[in-house]
Amino acid sequence: VAMVPGAASASAVDDAISAFTGGADVSEGGVTISAPEIAENGNTVPIAVEAPGATEILMIAAGNPTPGVAKFGFGEGAATSRAATRIRLGGTQDVIAIAKMSDGSFARGAVEVKVTIGGCGG
Amino acid sequence: MSDVRPRIRLPRSANAGDVVEVKTLISHNMETGLRRDGSGDAIPRQIIHRFTCEYAGKMVLDVEMEPAISANPYMEFDVQVDESADFVFTWYDDDGSVYSETQSFEVS
Repeated sequence: VAMVPGAASASAVDDAISAFTGGADVSEGGVTISAPEIAENGNTVPIAVEAPGATEILMIAAGNPTPGVAKFGFGEGAATSRAATRIRLGGTQDVIAIAKMSDGSFARGAVEVKVTIGGCGG
Repeated sequence: MSDVRPRIRLPRSANAGDVVEVKTLISHNMETGLRRDGSGDAIPRQIIHRFTCEYAGKMVLDVEMEPAISANPYMEFDVQVDESADFVFTWYDDDGSVYSETQSFEVS
């Protein structure tokens, strides 16, 4: 992964994840992130996340100046644990999603998005 | 902000028990707080930091949003519509403003 100027440190990413999980173990798989492989404009990158059985999903952009993107909470009226939005990416980086499952366990997914023109202003 | 305008897209019709896809967008520039103006001064952060959708009085989606959400924040998600009821969409701005939109939805 290419370094992005002003990118958050690895510990900021770890801190964001452990604040969400409370330090619990996180398994791989069960979380699907859909994003373009190459985003021409980092100001608005379409992204969707789905984790069947999740009550909450934390989305993190590991290479942005601050890693937090969003926390999706799915209520009793939700038909699926899926949400799609558009996000800002400062450069090529991994987007990570951590899902909290209804049984209290955590699962992780990640995808690399290549960004042609970064979207964090400056 | 005076130009904030929510837009909602729902399917034209649905049967009771169907899963419908809801798309929302609200005009807002989502100022990150990272940019500087022409004289080098930081432009203060002003974003919509929370969005909620309820249907038939039940919470569907409750999103905490950071400055990494793009301008004119867009959200798409799925709701099971068991009965005709109201959708209530609410956006919370950093400046304390709350923007709310209610749409009734009929199932057959």
